[in-house]
Amino acid sequence: MINYDLVVIGGGPAGMAAALKAEECGVKKIVILERAESLGGILEQCIHTGFGLDYFGEELSGPEYADRFIQLVKKSTVDVKLNTMVLSIDDNKVVTAASSDEGLLKIQAKAIVLAMGCRERPRGALQMAGTRPSGIMTAGTAQRYVNIEGYMPGKKVVILGSGDIGLIMARRMTLEGAEVKVVCEIMPFSGGLTRNIVQCLNDYNIPLKLSTTVVATHGKERLEGVTIAKVDDKMQPIPGTEEYIDCDLLLLSVGLIPENELTKQANIPLDRVTKGAVVNEMRETEKDGIFACGNVLQVHDLVDFVTREAQLAGEGAAKYILGEGPKEKVYINTTPGHGVRYIVPQRINIKSGEDIKLYLRVGAIYKNARLVVEADGKIVSNKKHIKLAPGEMEDVLLPKDVIDGLNQDSKVSVYVEEA
Amino acid sequence: MKKDMICVTCPRGCNITVEYEGTNVISVTGNTCPRGEKYARTEIVNPERNIHSTVKLIGGKNPVVPCKTSSPIPKGKIFDVMKEIDKVTVKAPVKIGDVFIKDVCGTGVDIVCTNNDSGK
Amino acid sequence: MTYDIAIIGAGVTGAMTARAVSKFNLKVALLEKANDVAMGSSKANSGIVHAGFDAEPGSLMAEMNVKGCSMMKETCEKLHVPYKNNGSLVIAFSDEEVDHLNELYERGVKNGVPDMRIISKKELKEMEPNISDAAMAALYAPTAGIVCPYELTIAAAECAVTNGVEFIRNCEVKGISTGKDELTLDTTQGEIKAKYIINAAGVYADEIAKMAGDDTIKIVARRGEYFLLDRSVGNTVNHTIFQCPTKMGKGILVAQTVDGNLLLGPTSEDVDDKSDLGTTWEGLNKVKSIATKSVPQVSARDAITSFTGLRAHSLAHEFIVEQSKKNPRLINAAGIESPGLSSAPAIAQRIAGIVEKLIPDVQVKSDYDDSRKEPVRFRHMTDEQRAELIKKNPAYGRIICRCETVTEGEILDAIHAPAGARDVDGVKRRTRAGMGRCQGGFCGTKVVSILAKELGVDIDEITKFGGNSKIVIGKTK
Repeated sequence: MINYDLVVIGGGPAGMAAALKAEECGVKKIVILERAESLGGILEQCIHTGFGLDYFGEELSGPEYADRFIQLVKKSTVDVKLNTMVLSIDDNKVVTAASSDEGLLKIQAKAIVLAMGCRERPRGALQMAGTRPSGIMTAGTAQRYVNIEGYMPGKKVVILGSGDIGLIMARRMTLEGAEVKVVCEIMPFSGGLTRNIVQCLNDYNIPLKLSTTVVATHGKERLEGVTIAKVDDKMQPIPGTEEYIDCDLLLLSVGLIPENELTKQANIPLDRVTKGAVVNEMRETEKDGIFACGNVLQVHDLVDFVTREAQLAGEGAAKYILGEGPKEKVYINTTPGHGVRYIVPQRINIKSGEDIKLYLRVGAIYKNARLVVEADGKIVSNKKHIKLAPGEMEDVLLPKDVIDGLNQDSKVSVYVEEA
Repeated sequence: MKKDMICVTCPRGCNITVEYEGTNVISVTGNTCPRGEKYARTEIVNPERNIHSTVKLIGGKNPVVPCKTSSPIPKGKIFDVMKEIDKVTVKAPVKIGDVFIKDVCGTGVDIVCTNNDSGK
Repeated sequence: MTYDIAIIGAGVTGAMTARAVSKFNLKVALLEKANDVAMGSSKANSGIVHAGFDAEPGSLMAEMNVKGCSMMKETCEKLHVPYKNNGSLVIAFSDEEVDHLNELYERGVKNGVPDMRIISKKELKEMEPNISDAAMAALYAPTAGIVCPYELTIAAAECAVTNGVEFIRNCEVKGISTGKDELTLDTTQGEIKAKYIINAAGVYADEIAKMAGDDTIKIVARRGEYFLLDRSVGNTVNHTIFQCPTKMGKGILVAQTVDGNLLLGPTSEDVDDKSDLGTTWEGLNKVKSIATKSVPQVSARDAITSFTGLRAHSLAHEFIVEQSKKNPRLINAAGIESPGLSSAPAIAQRIAGIVEKLIPDVQVKSDYDDSRKEPVRFRHMTDEQRAELIKKNPAYGRIICRCETVTEGEILDAIHAPAGARDVDGVKRRTRAGMGRCQGGFCGTKVVSILAKELGVDIDEITKFGGNSKIVIGKTK
C-alpha cells in the first residue's frame, strides 16, 4: 500500500489544475494517475485555437494550453503516474490501479479528486437503420486520427450532430482536403458555440441542416452513402423528406457523456441531468473527501472554465485534508426552475461564508430573456441576456450576504423569464 | 450599408452590427469589448482568420506535429497557406514556438509549432 | 496437397465440426470466405441454448436440439466459453396461448426435454417480477441456457487449429468439380483439393451444394433485427423470455446475454439478398413494441447498438445433416437455423460419425485435446491474480478498453491465438475491446495500432471486418 494525501484521477486540464491548486494550498503528497502515456488529456488532439482566451488572455491551441500546466506540474512536488488506469475506489479511499510499469497499485488517499473527463455518445444510442460498414466514427476519433496519428478517415464527409467537436472537425477535414457535404442536427438549434458555426461552417460554405437526422447508412464494407431526413417535433423522421448523400465517412458529434463508471462503482450519487456527481460549492461529492471537477462533473464548453472549476475542487480537497473546511455544514439544494436544465453545484453549504457561483444550462434558445436568481421568494438578480442557448453554459452569482441570510428550509432557484 | 455578424474573437460570440460604405466603417454596435470592434472593422476591410494544421514529423513519438498561424491571416489565403504547410517536413525534437515557416505566403505571419515532441 | 476433408464455412456448425473431426488422423481444412470465423449467422443471433420443445417430434431438428442442449455445458467448460443455464419461459397472454403452451409442453415431452413445467401467473411473477401484468401463464424449461455464439465458434476453431486443422480465411468457394478420387474447389485462395467436403455454408449452403451437383437444398435468408442494451439493465429479466411461437419462428425475445447485457429481438423477415445485414427503421420499431409486450420497462433508450442477423432457413424447416444423395463426396450440414447454435455440439458429433463411416481406416489421434487454453480475462480476475499477471507480463497492466477493462495483453493474445483476430471486429469479439458503452470511441485507434504493429502492416491496411472495410483511407500528408 502506498500513501498519498491527495489522489487525482485523470491528468487532463481538470486533474492538473486541481493538483496544482491543492499543492498551492499546502497539501504535501499529491499524485496524478493518468491512463494515457502523457498528461494533457483530450487537449492533445484539440489542435485548433481558442483555448485560454479567458484564463490566460491569449488564444492558444489545446496542446499549448495543456503544456502551460504540464510545465507547472513538472516544477511542482506533484507525482505523476502515467499509463495507470484506476480500476476501483473503495469506501476507505483506497484506490486500486493497473500500471504496466508498476503493476497493480493500491493507494491509500486522504482525499480524491475525480477528473476522468467525458466520452462521446456512440451510434448505438441513436436509432439509425442500415448497414454497419467502416467509415462511421465519432468526431473525436476522427480528430485523433487526423491530428495525432496523421491519417485521413475519409474524403466525402457527412457530420451528424452540431456539437463543437463536429463543427471543429468540419473545418479540419475541409482544410485537409476532404469535402464536408453537410452537418445535420436533429434539434431545431445547434448544440455548438455560435463562433464555431461562423468560423467552421459559414467560412467554408458547409450547410447546416437543423431538425434533420441521418436515418440510414448504406454500403456493405465501406460506407457509401447516408439517407438524411427532416424530423418532426417528436424527432421522428418525416416520410417523403429523405435525401441520399454520397459519402465515405459519417462523423458523429451527438453529445458528450461524463465518464462516471468509477464514480458509480464507488457508490457516489449522480445527477440525472448532468450525468456527473452531485456536488457542493467546493465540488465535493456526497462522499466526504471525494471531489469531482471538469467534464466528469459536467460537460463544459470551454477549458478555461474547467480549470477554474478544478481549482475550486483542488482548494476544497486541500481544506478537507488540512482540516480547514467550514466548521458548520447546512446544505440546501439549488433548484433549476423554468427553462433551466441543471445547476452545478446541486447543493450549497449556507455556512460557507463566501460568494458562490452557480453554473447552469438552459433547455432551449431564448432571446432577450432574463436569468432570474431567486432566494426565498426574493429576486437576487435578473440579468437580461440577448441570447441564451443550450450550447452555452451560463453562470450567476449568489452573493455572500444573500447566503448568510438563508436557513435550512430556504429555497434557491434559477429560472428563465422569457421576454 | 449595414451588416450583421457574429464576432469569433472569443467564445462569447457577440452579435455585431456594422454600418459602412465601401471599406469605410461608420459605426460598430453590439460588441461587448474593444476586440469586437476591431474584429468587425477587419471583417469589412479584409477578413482574417487563424488556422491550424499539422506538419509531417520524422523521428517523433507521433508521425505529425500540430502547428498554427502566429497571428490571423487574410481569409482568402487560407488554402494557399495550407498548401505551404503540407510541404513541410520537420525532424524531432520539436517544441512549442518553433517556427516551421517564416512569413508564410508573404502574409508576414509565421507557422509555429504548437506541441512538444522530444522524439522516440 | 489434397485434404481429406475441407469444411466450407467457419460458423458455429463448421467450427464445431472442425473440432469434432480434428480428433481423427486426417488432413482437414476449414475454409471461410470472410476474414474471420463466425461472420455469418453465428455472430448475430440470440445466443440461446433452447431446451428443445419447439421442433416437430421425430425430426432431426428435435433430436439434435435436445442432445446439443444436454452437451452444451460440458462443451463450454472444455472450451472456456461462458455459458449460463438460466432456463427459459414462454409467456401466454390469452387463453388461446395457454392452450399453445400445453401443446409445446406435450411436444417437449415427446422430444425428451426434461423437467418442463407450466407455471401460474403468480409463480411467473415471482420468477420474473418485471414481466407484464398481462401475462397469464408460462412454460418453464429449466434446461435452456445462454451462450455467446461467436465466442463458442472462436473457441471451437482455436481448438480445431490446435489439433492440426488448417484455417484458411478469405477463401470463398467459387466452383466445385468432382473427380474420381477427389473434389477440386476453385476458391479465392486458389485451387484446393479434398476427398470430402462438409458443407456448413449457412445461408449459402444451397449454392455450395449446387456447385457439387446437389440441387435438392433451398435456403432462404431470414433476417432478424436486434437491439443490444446496456449492462445496467441486464438484470431486467433472469430467464430468456419468449412469446408464443408463430410459423415465422420463436418470436421476439427478451434475454440476458452471458456478458450481462440485455438482448431484444429478432424480427423475422425473408429477404432475397443473402448479404443484407442492414437494420430498418420499421424492424427496430417492431422489436421495441413487441419486446415491451413481454417486459414493459425495456427501453431502446438503453441501447448500445442494434444489428441484423441472417438465419439460414431451409424451406423444409429441417436440418439436413447427411451424406448427399447426389454426390457421395459431399456431406451437407444445411438448413441450420434456430436451434442451430443449441444443436451445434450434436451436429458436429453426428458429422464425425458420418466421417468415421465413410473413411473406414480413420484413427483417433492419441494427442487429440478437445479443450481450449483458457484465455486471460482481466476484468473477471481478483486483484491478487491481476498483480501476479502484470508482474509476469506488463502488457496486462496496460488497459486499452476502459469500458470493458481489456488489457493490451489480452488483445495480443487474441491476435496471436490459433485462427486469431485479423481485424478490429475480430479483436472486439475475442476480447470485448470496443464492445462497451463508448463502442470503441477511445480504444478503437489503439486497437488499430496494435493490429498494424502485430501484423506488420500500415494502419491504413487495417479493416473493421476484412474486405474493403478499411478504417482510414490513407495518410494526411
